[in-house]
Amino acid sequence: MITKMNHVSIFVLNQDHAFEFYVNKLGFKVHTDAPIGPGMRWLTVCPPDQPDLEISLMAIEKGMMFKEEAADQMRDLVKKGTFGFGVFQCNDLNATYEELKTKGVVFKKPPTKEFYAYEALFCDDSGNWFSLTEKPKE
Amino acid sequence: MLKTYPKYFLYQRIVQAKLFMDTHFSESLDLGNIADEACFSKFHLIRLFKTLYGKTPHQYLIQVRIDNSKLFLRSGCTVAETCFEVGFDSVTSFTGLFKKNEGVSPSVYQRQYKARQKRIQESPLHFIPNCFAEQKGWTKKSNFQEVV
Repeated sequence: MITKMNHVSIFVLNQDHAFEFYVNKLGFKVHTDAPIGPGMRWLTVCPPDQPDLEISLMAIEKGMMFKEEAADQMRDLVKKGTFGFGVFQCNDLNATYEELKTKGVVFKKPPTKEFYAYEALFCDDSGNWFSLTEKPKE
Repeated sequence: MLKTYPKYFLYQRIVQAKLFMDTHFSESLDLGNIADEACFSKFHLIRLFKTLYGKTPHQYLIQVRIDNSKLFLRSGCTVAETCFEVGFDSVTSFTGLFKKNEGVSPSVYQRQYKARQKRIQESPLHFIPNCFAEQKGWTKKSNFQEVV
């Protein structure tokens, strides 16, 4: 019986820049940083309160996963902000919004009351967008 | 551009206090320094900070120091060096707080980290789900000493 998800992938344009964004700006922790060979790296990070959820920062490169044309198309789609990879949660959206903005994170939408939750939208350094919602107060 | 959410200026100042601790954690800080940075009285700082972050400024500072100590330990610094680098005054206090937060002492943490890094270097495929390793063509590399 499936009990939980433990890996999820985000396609990024550059793993070094993505490391800087997710670890130094968003405050995620490095889970595994394994060099496989020249130009090959398995890099996973995790949100501070979810140490067993590995977010793989996958480089888009020509190889077995992508033919050259597909890699170019994928990079283009990522740069255009086509993909939204998920929803993150925080304890206080206004405080998190102010902090991330101070650190240079680009927001597509400021904190806004929506039907679902109090929500903001931000982009990573590659162009992927994410929803950031506030944990419902009990 | 006008900020429209309520108490915007309060949030800005509390975040300022938090970022001040994030940057200056290795220095000798007290509540007065942090409150001055945020232009609050100590009482208000503690109350508002705890409302936003679930911790008092002091508790948060300890957490930041512990988190940063892990980076020093990973880089090979001794426990004593790490202790003073991140702003603790006493190795005993540092060790006790580290163990309370992380469940192991700093030296055990360092040993476990080094052992894990060694395993990652020697057999990285043990740390990568096979579906991804295959898609990337990494399972075809013959220079890994893999044991199935």
